[in-house]
Amino acid sequence: MDRTNNSNHDVPFSYVSLPIGPHEDEAPVESRGKWKARPVVFCGLLVLVSLVAFNGYKGSNGNITTLTSNEDLKQKTIPSHKWKPVSRGVSAGVSEKSNRLFTKSNNIGGMLFPWNNTMLAWQRTAFHFQPEENWMNDPNGPLYYKGWYHFFYQYNPNGAFWGDIVWGHAVSRDLIHWIHLPLAMVADEWYDQNGVWTGSATILPNGDIIMLYTGATDALVQVQNLAYPADLSDPLLIDWIKYPKNPVLVPPPEIEVYDFRDPTTAWLTSQGKWRISIGSKMNKTGIALVYDTKDFKTFERIEGILHAVPKTGMWECVDFFPVSTKLDIGLDTSARGDDVKYVMKVSLDDDRHDYYALGTYDENGVDFVPDDTNKDVGTGLRYDYGVFYASKTFYDQSKERRVLWSWIGESDSEDADVAKGWASLMGIPRTIVFDKKTGSNLLQWPVEEVERLRMKRCKFHNEKVMPGSVVLLNIGSASQLDIEAEFNIDKKDIEKIKQTNEEYNCETSGGAANRGALGPFGLLVLADEGLSEYTPIYFYVVKGSNGNLKTSFCSDQSRSSLATDVDKSIFGSTVPVLEGEKLSLRILVDHSIVESFAQGGRTCVTSRVYPTTAIYENAQLFLFNNATEATVTASLNVWHMNSAFINDKQVKLKS
Amino acid sequence: MTNFKPLALTIIFCFFVSSHCTIIIPKNNNGNLIQQTCKQTPNYAICIQYLKSDPRSSDADITGLALIMVDIIKSKANTTLNKINQLIKKKQEPSQKEALNSCAGRYKAILVADVPKSVAALKQGDPKFAEDGSNDAAVEATTCENGFKGKSPLSNENIAMHDVAAITAAIVKQLL
Repeated sequence: MDRTNNSNHDVPFSYVSLPIGPHEDEAPVESRGKWKARPVVFCGLLVLVSLVAFNGYKGSNGNITTLTSNEDLKQKTIPSHKWKPVSRGVSAGVSEKSNRLFTKSNNIGGMLFPWNNTMLAWQRTAFHFQPEENWMNDPNGPLYYKGWYHFFYQYNPNGAFWGDIVWGHAVSRDLIHWIHLPLAMVADEWYDQNGVWTGSATILPNGDIIMLYTGATDALVQVQNLAYPADLSDPLLIDWIKYPKNPVLVPPPEIEVYDFRDPTTAWLTSQGKWRISIGSKMNKTGIALVYDTKDFKTFERIEGILHAVPKTGMWECVDFFPVSTKLDIGLDTSARGDDVKYVMKVSLDDDRHDYYALGTYDENGVDFVPDDTNKDVGTGLRYDYGVFYASKTFYDQSKERRVLWSWIGESDSEDADVAKGWASLMGIPRTIVFDKKTGSNLLQWPVEEVERLRMKRCKFHNEKVMPGSVVLLNIGSASQLDIEAEFNIDKKDIEKIKQTNEEYNCETSGGAANRGALGPFGLLVLADEGLSEYTPIYFYVVKGSNGNLKTSFCSDQSRSSLATDVDKSIFGSTVPVLEGEKLSLRILVDHSIVESFAQGGRTCVTSRVYPTTAIYENAQLFLFNNATEATVTASLNVWHMNSAFINDKQVKLKS
Repeated sequence: MTNFKPLALTIIFCFFVSSHCTIIIPKNNNGNLIQQTCKQTPNYAICIQYLKSDPRSSDADITGLALIMVDIIKSKANTTLNKINQLIKKKQEPSQKEALNSCAGRYKAILVADVPKSVAALKQGDPKFAEDGSNDAAVEATTCENGFKGKSPLSNENIAMHDVAAITAAIVKQLL
């Protein structure tokens, strides 16, 4: 880890970028020129306001340092009652809602925290995809066609809970600003009467668009059906036709009729046929079946299976695609070559998590072989260590990138979902590339178009945060943010720490309240000034028995809300940090969703957060360092994010 | 010469019986499935009690047993909601009334959302949504109970709902 030379040591800090300063040149060049002037003025205003307010503020809340003034930074330790250790979370493997069965510890003597409309209304996101109302789950058939990004999704038109599933549809020019279109497909045939379920798109070289999707028939059998656009000259692809001779695939005899769903995008074999995979299971072994076709109407079952892993259970939403090991671009699903590795991804029904493995693909033997059998599909790496399921990629040929969509469910109670009238979000689409530096990871990063929403920027440079301190970053209301931050631990602190055999696990760690020598430190998002509610996103470093540092990256929801009916898990994982790398993170805060990325997207954590107090103008952002030994230096850019106006009435096309 | 008739008849009778074995053996063979299923839930005794008291359990598979439990969630929610509405009509302390109103919302959510989605999920073959629905029913009951400052008039109902919901979730988990 680098030692940062803090040359500002004896100079009074100025924490917010002034109108004239060296850092302004680093602001991203953006075609929306009109935004450039405004952010600077806002930040300047903030400095003025807080200088006036600071003296009074300090008196009432002397334990927290506010970062805006020109006074010397006085670090205060946090009184212990602010950092109550929380009870250990239920160990991983139990469904995320069930740990609330046992939570009485957060209930303060029978006090009621009813959700009111103000609290619930705040939860809607400003720039994440969600329909106006009701329930959404899996992403379906994402594709790029004639200048438009198309997105389909599992949707319940009748309520804020799963059921009566049909295909919603929306289009966008930039994956961020969406226009809602009429439903693409409803349950109007015997072969999808009980559900128009998940499917994938394949774009053929001649421009035809093929949609394969799972239908739950009137006899409750899971089958695969073919659909295609009614009019390929319509760039909005509003109308869809179901192939009259559906279904095109029924469950093979050795497979249960309810274990056969979610067909993949097809890829070309060297024989010139199209190949797809469908997930299933045999007893408790998750498997991926393989079919070949020439016309998507008749299929040939290929002997064997693409891959199987024991004890993983049903494989939903299988995804299989190539990545380049040399270039930072995406590859078409049919690409092959020497510089190509393959990714196999599954959604495990058993634990609602998405797993992937990198490996090689032998077309003739119909075999995916993971690079590391200890990190196989379903037992190794996850795309995201938080709430993230049924994800699906597509190849965006216009920008030569592979883009990942994922369903982000709710972590609150059904009562709240019914009251607020909606449930579920999509994560911000992410690009996926191979991590050339580790050779064993994928890197995910929010698509660059999200940066167009950045408005005023507040910059903090080389802020020294002493052990056991919390620093309020006076950036104004903090519900819609894009944060990029780097952290350094003082090298002297690392050297003097003893080695330890400690194995840190975010989920069972007790969260940010539990102090170690070299962690936790990071940011508190969606926090109110009194710290009655806060969500730490943090690094925790352990110095292992050979002097090597092991880093974990976690998102701690245990004190995210005073409400007692929301999930309070702690999510996260270890993250590889290579020689010479600083600890870096990016966080997108958008009301009730927080998406965090460590080391350029090597480890990602998405969480749902439902504060009762840290909302609207009370939502704040803090730096914190709860380590016992390490002094941490942090540099950050914090942007306020504009809304994407997705559910603005004017931008909805009615049928 | 010995009389072969009775032996012949016996042999014929045995063939008849063995070829119709499955018909002759009584239907409570399913007791074994109920026991196996209930052993993997948090409360074996309550699980057995509820399932055996429903005649449909005698020839149900695991999905069928789960559907029976969801039905029990539904009927308990209805009963409890009726009781809540009766209590609300009576004179109450403001905090008690607030808690009761909140509980009404909780139990309505069980009826409007958790039960329908669980039934659909089990019938259509995507049981994970039934696991979510059952777990949520337990959360709603616990939250209702936690909302009372003084004594809760619904403790029995809330505890019963919590237990039934936890059992249901555990049965559904066996389908995943």
